[in-house]
Amino acid sequence: MKALKYIVPLGLFAVLCVFLAVGLTRDPRQVPSPFIGKPAPGFTLAKLHEPEATFSPEQMKGKVWLLNVWASWCVSCRVEHPVLNDMSRKGLVPIVGLNYKDQRADATKWLKQHGDPYQLSVWDIDGKVGIDYGVYGAPETFVIDKQGVIRYKQIGPITPEVLEKTLLPLLAKLNA
Amino acid sequence: MKRLLPALALAASLAAWGQSTEIANPDPKVEARLKAIAHELRCLVCQNQTIADSDAPLAVDLRQQVRGMIREGRSDEEIRGYMVDRYGDFVLYKPPFNAVTAVLWVGPGLLIVGAFAAFFVLLRRRRDLPAAAPAPDPARRREIEALLASEDDAKPGR
Repeated sequence: MKALKYIVPLGLFAVLCVFLAVGLTRDPRQVPSPFIGKPAPGFTLAKLHEPEATFSPEQMKGKVWLLNVWASWCVSCRVEHPVLNDMSRKGLVPIVGLNYKDQRADATKWLKQHGDPYQLSVWDIDGKVGIDYGVYGAPETFVIDKQGVIRYKQIGPITPEVLEKTLLPLLAKLNA
Repeated sequence: MKRLLPALALAASLAAWGQSTEIANPDPKVEARLKAIAHELRCLVCQNQTIADSDAPLAVDLRQQVRGMIREGRSDEEIRGYMVDRYGDFVLYKPPFNAVTAVLWVGPGLLIVGAFAAFFVLLRRRRDLPAAAPAPDPARRREIEALLASEDDAKPGR
């Protein structure tokens, strides 16, 4: 009975420590997307390079593809850009760029400077499509399957590690 | 400096107030509803602020989105639903009661009830303890009194 007096607070303290320790390993900025497993919202936007032509996600039906949110003002986009270029060179998966709240001239200049891994980019000047996709920062990348359903959302840059451990296995599974 | 601080605070809050009229010719009815809804929605990039309080570009865009939806005549419920569909329950400052959030809502109540229960159990146990030390038996009592008396006689001469 006497021992209990010491064991109970110690136990509670241990439980608290476990909660705090788990909390430390999680990134509060990563808001899980409620979109996973839901159809990608439709939109029609002008293409970045051909302002008179439009693109909408239905055109990608039957393909597994990536929708990558990027902007010339986005610093972390520079981090992931070499990875995207590499993916494009290897022809791993078609990547569509959603140029988010950017000026057309800035965006095209940026692509000239850093390389253009995109099959095409669409131009979302006021960020309306971004909001529709629940975007809250760039870069973000959606993996969309053949049926047009969002299967994964990468928040933040695609690092070589993310590509290796998450994207490649997922793409292989979706393309199977 | 002491006088300057409140003035600065006032100026800052006025600036923030000015922010809330970020469009030309705002419709006061729309703005009032916007204000009420925006106070319930979390800014995703500055997570401890509502989109009403934040100047982050995303917060401005979300306010604009809500404004547009109010003009379209959507209900508050529909607007909140739109945000939850896109950003999850996390976007609501007052999360709904569901399986995931049950512990959040019920937990503190359970803790308080538990603490009170433990407190009363403890009190009851205390009350059941013998109130005071048992009185010494007469023989022992006399002995004690004799000892006390002898001590009185042998007062040290201080």
